[in-house]
Amino acid sequence: MSETWQGVTEGSPRGGVGGAGGAGSAGSDRVPAAGRVGADRVLGTDRAAGGLSVVDAAQAPLLDIRGLRVSYRTSNGPVDAVTAADLTVGAGEVVAVVGESGSGKSTTAHAIVGLLPTGGRVGAGRVLFEGRDLLTLRERELREVRGRSIGFIPQDPMVSLNPVRRIGDQVAEALIVHGLAGGKQAAERAVAALGEAGLSEPATRARQFPHELSGGMRQRVLIAIALACRPRLVIADEPTSALDVTVQRRILDHIDELTHAHGTAMLLITHDLGVAADRAQRVVVMSRGAVVEQGPAARILTDPEHPYTRQLIGAAPSLTTRRARARPVREPVPRAEPLLTVSGLVKEFALPRTKEGARTLRAVDDVSFTVRRGETFALVGESGSGKSTTVRMILGLEAPSAGRILIEGRDTTRPGRAELRALRRRMQLVYQNPYASLDPRFTVSEIVEEPLRAYRVGSRAQQRARAAALIDQVALPEGVLRRRPAELSGGQRQRVAIARALALEPDLVVCDEPVSALDVSVQAQILELLGGLQDELGISYLFISHDLAVVRQIADRVGVLQAGRLVEKGGCEQVLSAPTHPYTRELIAAIPGRRRPQPLGAVS
Amino acid sequence: MRRYLVRRLLQAVVVLWAAFTVSFIVLFLLPGDSLSIKLGGLEGTATREQIDAVRGANGLDDPIHVQYAHALGDALTGDLGTSAQTGAPVAGTIVDALPQTLQLTGVAMVLAVLGGGGVALAATFTRLRALRQVLLSLPAIGISMPGFWVGLLLVQVVSFQWGLLPAMGNEGWESVVLPALTLALPAGAMVAQVLAKSMTTALAEPYVETARAKGAGRVRIHLRHALRNASLPALTLAAVVSGNVLVESVVVETVFSRAGIGRLTAAAVDNQDVAMVQGVVLLAALVFVLVALVVDLLYPVLDPRVGRAV
Amino acid sequence: MATGFATEVLPAARGHARFVLRRPGLLLSLVMFALVLLAALFPGLFTDDDPLVGTPREKLRGPSAEHLFGTDQLGRDLFTRVVHASSLSLRATFVAVAVALVVGGLLGLVSGFFGGWLDDVVMRVVDVLQAIPRLLLSLALVSALGFGTTKVAIAVGVASVAGFARVMRAEVLRVRSSVYVEAARASGVRSGGILARHVLPNASGPVLVMAALEFGIAILSVSALSFLGFGAPPPTPEWGVLVADGRNFVATAWWLTTFPGLVIAATVLSANRISRALDGERRQDR
Repeated sequence: MSETWQGVTEGSPRGGVGGAGGAGSAGSDRVPAAGRVGADRVLGTDRAAGGLSVVDAAQAPLLDIRGLRVSYRTSNGPVDAVTAADLTVGAGEVVAVVGESGSGKSTTAHAIVGLLPTGGRVGAGRVLFEGRDLLTLRERELREVRGRSIGFIPQDPMVSLNPVRRIGDQVAEALIVHGLAGGKQAAERAVAALGEAGLSEPATRARQFPHELSGGMRQRVLIAIALACRPRLVIADEPTSALDVTVQRRILDHIDELTHAHGTAMLLITHDLGVAADRAQRVVVMSRGAVVEQGPAARILTDPEHPYTRQLIGAAPSLTTRRARARPVREPVPRAEPLLTVSGLVKEFALPRTKEGARTLRAVDDVSFTVRRGETFALVGESGSGKSTTVRMILGLEAPSAGRILIEGRDTTRPGRAELRALRRRMQLVYQNPYASLDPRFTVSEIVEEPLRAYRVGSRAQQRARAAALIDQVALPEGVLRRRPAELSGGQRQRVAIARALALEPDLVVCDEPVSALDVSVQAQILELLGGLQDELGISYLFISHDLAVVRQIADRVGVLQAGRLVEKGGCEQVLSAPTHPYTRELIAAIPGRRRPQPLGAVS
Repeated sequence: MRRYLVRRLLQAVVVLWAAFTVSFIVLFLLPGDSLSIKLGGLEGTATREQIDAVRGANGLDDPIHVQYAHALGDALTGDLGTSAQTGAPVAGTIVDALPQTLQLTGVAMVLAVLGGGGVALAATFTRLRALRQVLLSLPAIGISMPGFWVGLLLVQVVSFQWGLLPAMGNEGWESVVLPALTLALPAGAMVAQVLAKSMTTALAEPYVETARAKGAGRVRIHLRHALRNASLPALTLAAVVSGNVLVESVVVETVFSRAGIGRLTAAAVDNQDVAMVQGVVLLAALVFVLVALVVDLLYPVLDPRVGRAV
Repeated sequence: MATGFATEVLPAARGHARFVLRRPGLLLSLVMFALVLLAALFPGLFTDDDPLVGTPREKLRGPSAEHLFGTDQLGRDLFTRVVHASSLSLRATFVAVAVALVVGGLLGLVSGFFGGWLDDVVMRVVDVLQAIPRLLLSLALVSALGFGTTKVAIAVGVASVAGFARVMRAEVLRVRSSVYVEAARASGVRSGGILARHVLPNASGPVLVMAALEFGIAILSVSALSFLGFGAPPPTPEWGVLVADGRNFVATAWWLTTFPGLVIAATVLSANRISRALDGERRQDR
């Protein structure tokens, strides 16, 4: 087996050496010596890893990006988004570009086909596709490449289709603009493409409008558009990150199948190392606008060179089973007193009347569970499973249709005004989106003090001191007290939200998807913080998440919600290793990163 | 569909009724008792008895709700009362003046949509930054100009200096041009502003990126993808713009000494002829309601997301 | 304290200065607006002439170094009259904007925050008012209230109440349903505190920007009504009245209509430009 990693030998994996940030040389045709040494080593491990696609050594790669540099014009002058991107994709090969938000991975993808947003400008570099430098093409010539030779699958299927045009027309347009088919023939081929992309009843779908289709179906339409002209390369920019996990897996499987069947190469942009590991033959890691490491997927995962890659692997929830806390997982202690008991909880919403008369939606259907003192109970489910509604009822923000909620044995199902206030003091909430849950006009200090002021705890000076102590407890520097949320990063904001939740020393903190809006490495830090605080303060968490991989790191016990019903519950390890309900099994199977060879030090 | 239509028509009737009620409250109940206005010049010479006699004959001694019921009943039969200035029926006077004004506002609306839409499309289509800046600043200038001043400037230059078009009157098509232009300027500016903004928004939408990634050209992207979506917010503005154009005719018809609804209104306000003013208010509300109704019926055709059967 | 000022206020001020200097149009607008304000407050700074008394010998003179804007049919200096007119016109505009902002803002706040039947009633009235064009609504109010600058101003303000109520209500609803308000509620803050500390500060931004925009609209409406003759009685100078007076001389003395109209247009344009800058800054703030 012989492979040539064009990108590795010619490009420059600044990996291993470190110090890649911003120092990328424009138009780096010459490879630093260190890079070449690294490359040789990589070649060695490649062979050992095996199971990779074969690219003929003599053949030039399909796509060859060298020294790409992209900047955005802002009011404060140009800001570099990509400083040094070098990568190649061979014909028929699947390459994944992995990085966190701001790493420049998506900008790189857009720059290839000249689709940078306004203000974006390529400063240097070459994008060779089939031997032609795409950066030198005129708009008209580039248009012939787009869609025809390079297909593009965008990020968010919900907004990437024109809402006022029929599905079929939008697929056919790809053929029409390239003169591959016209009129009736284009319409027929569009239906065929939709069927190929895995849509049922493609002829019916073609006559529908985007809003009549689900997110997963819309993503299939976008796949049909991207593949309609049988391009040689498909760029998929986080094609499934906006979708539920089980849908995500099916869509990715389907893209895999289609590209494989047609011999299409794919450049897969993703923030999820697990996804990259599952789908790609080669992985390119980007950080702060530069490629820091690239190589065969198996090698990157088992033997990463660059410290950033190591950090990424350590943080990726789907690749680790590390617990986000010091103490070992406790088997649930049956005698520990229950803090919160929920029994037979039901919530019905009235739906708009139709011919069949009044209908109701059972958002939560007979849900029962308990949360014990000092433990973490996780509710897992996809969107629409009723997990958020359950939480809102527990917090008294929504009235249940039936069932009971007990706090330490006291019924709080329909609390009076005073009771509700007392209740809220003991239960606090950390929201999913730290960008929305903090008042933009408040300083951090004011935000953390607010619950104390509301309950008149202590004097103003004491409140201020307590806020400072809390900020210290969530490991933020004292300086943030005077800042406003807009000046903080997502992770910092979530720490502020946690500090606010802890201000009144509650018994129970409800965490509603507290890390799903954050980058993976930040996710890991926040989970660690939550774990540490629990050990320190003995609080209980009710943890809501759609992501079993995250839950695995924090929960003692798990309940799985599907369409409002609790289909399975039990100890975390037990549920994850021996699921009894088919839906749980499907959720577990959907965790990316399970097809990879076992990484170093895997625990399971 | 029919049920929807019936419901929308009912809503329109309710708005008209409410407009009647609001204008009744404003015009007949506010301090300046309409009696003194009705008596006009008589006031100095009329005796107490004469005044009382007029009051009685006009039903002004009745309790207010009785007056309201009478007025509403009359309005339902198409009787909007009589003008205090001329003694002629309000409804008839308005209907007589309407064609002149509709001709003027109709031409103005066409000019506004073509001109405003053209500026917006050109501004979003051009790749020359300077040209775009100039085009985008036009609407802001357009809405800042007082209509009466623009009209007078046009008269000064076109009629007097160039001797091209008549400065006043209703005779022939020539007389429509300048007033229609004056009316079209603020309306067109509004159209241009809204359309340019929604075009810019639409062009930044991800579905436009999808279209570009397909290899679609600029013309196709602007006209087939962006314009269709961008025209929806502009369309919802149609009722407001047509109402404004109708009422701006008060100023423009005064400047160009044209007969029509606008002149009628100006004279009615001048003489505090409340019945006539109420008639014009009802007319404006009717225009607004009708245009809004047409837009609502048209909307589902243009935007599939708005359910047809709802 | 001194260091606090140096580190916090000065860079902010410098930032504002840079923001303005990079935008020549905005700078020009600020200058124009400042000049008009000064003219309204201290007309003596610009001219020593009497706006009401003319020199009959010098009637209907064109613009010259002596008479910047020319003279009218009674030989009065037009520039002087325009300067003195700005006082009355601006005062009327401020009254109109204040009426619209206070009445409309309060209605919207109450309607949005308390909801229920109150909201229904307020919003139905707003619906109806918005079906009647604003200029016509102020004309109707003027015919009921009577003539005069103050009455015109109130009429113009009341005609804009509906728009303000609607925007304020929408903003209150947006803020009230925001996650941070729910978070405040969940951490035990009572309604009063939420209204005062979260809703009002976060909702008032767009409404204040709207008030700035309303300024230009109010100048136009007030001057249109005074052009039609419903404002101040004859000798008193007011922008709209000046244009109306010049109308009889359109064919012979172009300056009589052109200059007052130009001042109105420039003031409105400046007000709109400034309000757009405020709007933009607000959006960048988020």
